[in-house]
Amino acid sequence: MLNYTIRRLVLSIPTLLFIALVIFLLLELAPGDPMGQMPLTIPDDVKQRMREALGLGEPWYTRFYLWLYQFFIVEPQYWIDGIFGTNFADGAQRIISFQSRSPVFDTIAERLPQTLWVVGMSYVVGVAIALPIGIISAYKQYSVFDQAGTFVSMIGFSVPPFFSGVLVIVIFSVQLGWLPSIYDTTHQVVDWETFKFQLQQMIMPVMVLALQTTAQVSRYMRASMLDNLGQDYVRTARAKGMSESVVVMRHVLRNSMIPVVTVIALGIPSIFGGAIITEQVFKVNGLGQLLILALQGADIPMVMTITFLLAVLIVLMNLIADILYGVLDPRIRYD
Amino acid sequence: MTDVSQQIQPPLDPVEPAALTEKPRNQWLDVWDQFRSHKGAMAGLIFLIFITLFCAFGPLIWDVDPGKLDIRNKDVRPIYTVLWDGDAKVSWARPMGTDHLGRDIMANLMQGGRISLAVGWTAMVLAILIGTLVGVLAGYFRRLDWGLMRFTDLVLSLPILPLLLVMMLLFRDPLRAAFGPETGIFILIVTGIGITSWMQTARIVRGDVMALKEREFVLAARSIGTPPRRMITRHVLPNVLSPIMVSATLGLATAIITESALSFLGLGFPSDFPTWGKILFDSVDRMVAFPERVLWPGLAISLTVLAVNYIGDGLRDALDPRIRGM
Repeated sequence: MLNYTIRRLVLSIPTLLFIALVIFLLLELAPGDPMGQMPLTIPDDVKQRMREALGLGEPWYTRFYLWLYQFFIVEPQYWIDGIFGTNFADGAQRIISFQSRSPVFDTIAERLPQTLWVVGMSYVVGVAIALPIGIISAYKQYSVFDQAGTFVSMIGFSVPPFFSGVLVIVIFSVQLGWLPSIYDTTHQVVDWETFKFQLQQMIMPVMVLALQTTAQVSRYMRASMLDNLGQDYVRTARAKGMSESVVVMRHVLRNSMIPVVTVIALGIPSIFGGAIITEQVFKVNGLGQLLILALQGADIPMVMTITFLLAVLIVLMNLIADILYGVLDPRIRYD
Repeated sequence: MTDVSQQIQPPLDPVEPAALTEKPRNQWLDVWDQFRSHKGAMAGLIFLIFITLFCAFGPLIWDVDPGKLDIRNKDVRPIYTVLWDGDAKVSWARPMGTDHLGRDIMANLMQGGRISLAVGWTAMVLAILIGTLVGVLAGYFRRLDWGLMRFTDLVLSLPILPLLLVMMLLFRDPLRAAFGPETGIFILIVTGIGITSWMQTARIVRGDVMALKEREFVLAARSIGTPPRRMITRHVLPNVLSPIMVSATLGLATAIITESALSFLGLGFPSDFPTWGKILFDSVDRMVAFPERVLWPGLAISLTVLAVNYIGDGLRDALDPRIRGM
């Protein structure tokens, strides 16, 4: 297993390099010039020097190498320095945003908590709702509950977050006035009242994102439970006189969770993609909004870094899913 | 697979001559019978046909230019608003109301639906074509398998939505200059969605082709000297049609949602060019006063996708010979 993990880790390096290259070359074709916003009164030679100061004068492979070096060597050094107070980085050049002229990772670190709060919470809530629905749907197949669960998950698949988000805003913020429609990220939780407000402003974005997760995970949970409920070992367990709750919750559920756990791991990157839209709807100033703003401002280092971080997340989660599958299911042996 | 079992099946009762002379039923009739018994799928099919007809032939009946500005009749509410608000500004000439520039909403919904559906279908066809090609090549020719599947894995680990946004932003202006504003963006969106959503189809098709390759009828066809090209078109493709059709419905649903999402983020079609996602995006700022402008395009997207998903569900059951006929 360790052997397999190391092999996969090594294999993921060329994958990530290829993805970085694809994103970089795509951005390289950008007609949007970061100098396009500068006043026309600046003389051409000054403009040329400013371009060089931004690092745009070099050929693309030099800049690609530089970006890789900064991403994989310099930024981790700064990160370690920040935690342990060491001085590995020694003032090396960091990845700088074209727009704000500040290090890209500082901005990302500012925006990350908002996104993680909303996205992470919605994923936890979504999975927590999905698992019981899937279990009950499978146990009582074709019952009213099962039909309703199927319908709800169909809706979760079909209603895009930019419509469900707008819809809940119209209903709960505009018509009923119960919840705020804009997510206030400057809000500090200090006492019970502020905690209640935080809960109120989080409930809509979290539930909108959670609906998507619930739809997917509950379907997998149901299918996996159905596969296992018909197995011989279940009949054996019942024949031994075990109570129904032990059969379902201990024997069937444990075996059914194996594929579901991998689906949960694989779904994490896509929920970040969904967060781009949800953040736009609820005006959360998280990573998704940062990406959109950077795109509109032709802020190439920022777009490159955020997109690549998402790719790293996808590759990482694929790896974790595969390894988990091997760890949980003794029938799967990669070696 | 399915047609083989249909043809081989002997009549159950040999003494009954009627059973022998009875014509073998077309397998697609069986599929249709099974499909018809799925209530959700039938409802979905009826709705999809209805919305397609509404968008395709609606403008012939509802003869209003969707782009025509009529400032005097701006912000007209839909006609049903009268039911609870007698003072609302309504007009029978504008049954679904007008927007803040006086453009007719019903005409816009029809025009937007035409584009949304056209983008969905074309992008889906493109994705299915690429996916089937890659899947069949990888499954049939062992030499290509490793390379093609590694490539599929690589594309699968790209962050799709951010890359689509980048593509929209970068290639919008060159394509607009080359093909005109409408065709250029149409080509861009369709290609963008098509080349980022073929991977699942390729994986499924590859798996099925590999299983098919081991079967006796393929061996028989090979032993009489069928060349690979004919083998694929005559024996392999017809037998992987069911998974392709099911993933086609999924592809249609995702393509419609992706196009709307791009329009919603402001990176889709240009502003005077309605699609359902675009109408929704334009109406969000004024949704407090005019919730119906958000509601109708959103419902159109959601119900269409819901219908397509239900059709996919029904197709999956209908095309599965283990379920069919039970």
